[in-house]
Amino acid sequence: MADHSSQTAQDTAKNDAGYWAANVRIILISLVIWALVSFGFGILLRPMLSGIEVGGTDLGFWFAQQGSILVFLALIFFYAWRMNKLDKEFGVEE
Amino acid sequence: MDQFTINLLFVGASFALYIGIAIWARAGSTSEFYAAGRGVHPVTNGMATAADWMSAASFISMAGLIAFTGYDNSTFLMGWTGGYVLLALLLAPYLRKFGKYTVSEFIGDRFYSPTARVVAVICLIVASTTYVIGQMTGVGVAFGRFLEVSNTAGLLIGACVVFAYAVFGGMKGVTYTQVAQYCVLIMAYTIPAVFISLQLTGNPIPALGLFGEHTASGTPLLEKLDQIVVELGFNEYTAHHGDTFNMVLFTLSLMIGTAGLPHVIMRFFTVPRVADARWSAGWTLVFIALLYLTAPAVGAMARLNISDMMWPNGTSSEPVSVEMIENDARYDWMATWQKTGLLGWEDKNGDGRIAYFNDKNPESVAKAEAAGWGSENELTNFNRDILVLANPEIANLPGWVIGLVAAGGLAAALSTAAGLLLAISSAVSHDLIKGSINPGISEKGELLSARVAMAVAIAVATYLGLNPPGFAAQTVALAFGLAAASIFPALMMGIFTKVNNKGAVAGMLAGLLVTLLYIFLHKGWFFIPDTNSFSDADPLLGTVKSTSFGAIGAMINFAVAFTVSKMTEAIPQEIEELVESVRVPRGAGAAQDH
Repeated sequence: MADHSSQTAQDTAKNDAGYWAANVRIILISLVIWALVSFGFGILLRPMLSGIEVGGTDLGFWFAQQGSILVFLALIFFYAWRMNKLDKEFGVEE
Repeated sequence: MDQFTINLLFVGASFALYIGIAIWARAGSTSEFYAAGRGVHPVTNGMATAADWMSAASFISMAGLIAFTGYDNSTFLMGWTGGYVLLALLLAPYLRKFGKYTVSEFIGDRFYSPTARVVAVICLIVASTTYVIGQMTGVGVAFGRFLEVSNTAGLLIGACVVFAYAVFGGMKGVTYTQVAQYCVLIMAYTIPAVFISLQLTGNPIPALGLFGEHTASGTPLLEKLDQIVVELGFNEYTAHHGDTFNMVLFTLSLMIGTAGLPHVIMRFFTVPRVADARWSAGWTLVFIALLYLTAPAVGAMARLNISDMMWPNGTSSEPVSVEMIENDARYDWMATWQKTGLLGWEDKNGDGRIAYFNDKNPESVAKAEAAGWGSENELTNFNRDILVLANPEIANLPGWVIGLVAAGGLAAALSTAAGLLLAISSAVSHDLIKGSINPGISEKGELLSARVAMAVAIAVATYLGLNPPGFAAQTVALAFGLAAASIFPALMMGIFTKVNNKGAVAGMLAGLLVTLLYIFLHKGWFFIPDTNSFSDADPLLGTVKSTSFGAIGAMINFAVAFTVSKMTEAIPQEIEELVESVRVPRGAGAAQDH
């Protein structure tokens, strides 16, 4: 009995570690996109995007004033959806 | 009906609504007072958080800052929305899983140290109080303008209203009141913008109109705007002029500060499940984005309208005449706002015209002199903060739209003030008194001390609002910098790393103190004028302004915490288990008290 329950505890710990690693990976990917659209396209990479015209100005201006906000929204909803799915995959949902 | 009566009607009706809701939803038990019994739906919670978050700074001030600077002030747009990504991914679900009521409770438990908890409470109180002072100043100005009373009277009326529903309603009252406030403020912001966008571009959606075509000239709106401002000698609207490094750092500070502000984080304790905490952050940003996507359009279109008003026949023709300003009904708003002292003009060369151009630019001065308009700009004062409130008047919109904007501006300032007061009162009663000073306090006693703390906080904020340190914008920036440098790193390390108690305390103190020092060096010690050693025009460190320092403060916090933690002992087994359990949603259940 004791062996069995410690076995279960070990499995749970292993499962939780896998869940956490998957979560951290999703967070990292999301944050790369987060930085790319704001600090990247909106500020630092704007000169590179200056050739792409959007409504009287360039793509970088659009990212700085609207595009980044839309991407932020998409990121948060993607993360919520992906994580709620991940919770079920690892059986750790409430 | 005159405009004053209409304003009064709109403001009065919206207030009756908020107070009615606060009375209807009066809090009973302690848990309801703090977290509305956790029965708040993510969409409702998102709407309330959005109202809580969007203060006088977002509603009244931001579009004006963008209008007169252009692209460089996109920092506010990206910074104040990008923080929600950090909040949703790095903090909200884990703090909900932890299942306590306040931010400092998490820090105290996770770092198994009453010291850490007290340090966190101090950070929270300092950041929230400075923020609420800025809001109270805004409340005073808005009330004063729309009720046509003095700033002092406006502030006192506003303080009573905030006190009434924050103290007697608690979080539940505040949550539903804030839903109503959100509805009022978003309508007040978007309706005039829709009218103006239709007038200028024919597109009913301002965010699309911004990148659309200017109907009168047949060229894209932003191209037209660039052309006009350059003709008047100003910087091109869509181009980048400031320092890039400072722009990045300032954006980052606003983002981290957003994710570290206690009154926003607290909201995510009030949803039923961990999954809801994730959705809730998204819904909050949806409701914020409605305003933030409209704001740059409001700014650009207002700038265009103002230039058109000052040069009614185009910039190559003659400037507007004094006679026209005084007699033409379309210019009535200028007389109205002149009374507040926030707008001013003067026919300096006596030619009967008011010439508006950049007199710091030698080229445009030469041009104006050659055309006979004089060598000085005659629109002598245009305060950025009046832009949003004056916008419907500038565009000649109907009286009810102006009244609605008045109600919206007040809703924005009041809702944030109430949310901050709640954060302060729970920090004092729950964390300081119950957590450290008197753990045996009864539920009734705790509730009473929360209300006393609120009353004291609002009295302090009102007093400082009456005698403001002189700069609402800087006080808000200080609050963000402090939250970024102290709270956010501690929360993040608590979840993602195994940093120990000593590391966390050292990190928070280092981040807080260094940031305070940098701000005081540039803005004066405790904001006393002329005690500063440096200025933001020529900062201590390269191009880093004091408003941007929060991001550096946060990095210092992380670095100190890791170093100290490495040099001292590892965290105990039960804390290791706590960290593991916070990371996994399973078994979240209802939150409990100690």
